[in-house]
Amino acid sequence: MGGLAGKGMLAVFGAGALALAATGWMAAGTPEAQAKSKYEVDGKKSGYLYSTPETQAMQDDDFMNQGMLWVERGQKLWSQVEGAAGKSCQSCHGDVEKMRGAYTTYPKYDPKTKKLINIEQRINRCRTEQMKAKAWKWESDELLSMTTLIGYVSRDLPMNVKIDGPAKPFFEKGKAFYYQRRGQLDMACKHCHIDNPGKFIRADLLSEGRAGGAFPLYRLKWQKLGSMHRRFRGCNRQVRSEPYKAGSDEYVNVELYIKWRSNGLPVEVPAVRR
Amino acid sequence: MSKARVKVPKKAKKGEIITIKTLVKHKMQRATKDKKTGEPIPRNIIHTFEAAFNGKTFLKGNWDTGVSANPYCAFTLRVQESGEYTFTWKDDKGETYTANAKIEVA
Repeated sequence: MGGLAGKGMLAVFGAGALALAATGWMAAGTPEAQAKSKYEVDGKKSGYLYSTPETQAMQDDDFMNQGMLWVERGQKLWSQVEGAAGKSCQSCHGDVEKMRGAYTTYPKYDPKTKKLINIEQRINRCRTEQMKAKAWKWESDELLSMTTLIGYVSRDLPMNVKIDGPAKPFFEKGKAFYYQRRGQLDMACKHCHIDNPGKFIRADLLSEGRAGGAFPLYRLKWQKLGSMHRRFRGCNRQVRSEPYKAGSDEYVNVELYIKWRSNGLPVEVPAVRR
Repeated sequence: MSKARVKVPKKAKKGEIITIKTLVKHKMQRATKDKKTGEPIPRNIIHTFEAAFNGKTFLKGNWDTGVSANPYCAFTLRVQESGEYTFTWKDDKGETYTANAKIEVA
């Protein structure tokens, strides 16, 4: 009896495997599947794969992607002379395409302040020190546009932040933040994004939180572009904790941790999410 | 940055069905009040969208609240002759955004 059942099982399994293989091959052959596979690297899935097909279509089509409006604004700002030094970004850096790759390495250790510096802060440092201009406010249209432009020219490059050497203690702090329960709901980042990705939290599908290459992104809820720190503040508020300030050390540290979690995934700026 | 963007194929065959894509940067501010001061913020949305070919309107949309910010609108149509498309958006503040695109039909 046992032998018979075993054979029966085998046959079923065999057919199942065949069917799976056939559909797998067909799916892998389509251009859509090939395009989507770039968002999954070493088992890490970008939030893109947790979006609805409609949202994905918005991101894929540069014309439909409203984030591109900010890229265009950034391109104008790139060559705009401002400040007492009479310089623009272009005066020092040349064409913006030369910044390709810069986005993938931030946040990184900054010997001057002896802590981490992220891309927004780096842009503002350029403005205050090199251009002698006023720093842009966090979440202002200008800073978002410039950050988006810097991200956009690195599109499709893999994220590659360093967590060794002097950045190590900050990485550890960021990781601790990620695992720290907070707020009235007593939840840490990890409870959603490490323990439960792919499940629904009410009407929202939880992603793996590997958003390193996505921000600043166009969020349909915001009806505009927003920075990663804005998203942090939203998340913190949702578990009913007091959010930190955008650009605070705590958030830059956790930004490094999240970007490290996304290492290898492509830059998608400006991504579109719901 | 020009506020309105359109994408129309430059060339097409007679009788071909083409896709036109349009996008305009607009906040689409619904009527609400300021969170801090309580001052009313009047509605300012794009309420009319018009597409014309050689001066003749062929598509008109009356948009209302609920249309997202930076509205994107795409549609298909069959082309018969060369000419110029004009797209017009009008908002509550009386501002008009326009965009033009030419098409060559062989």
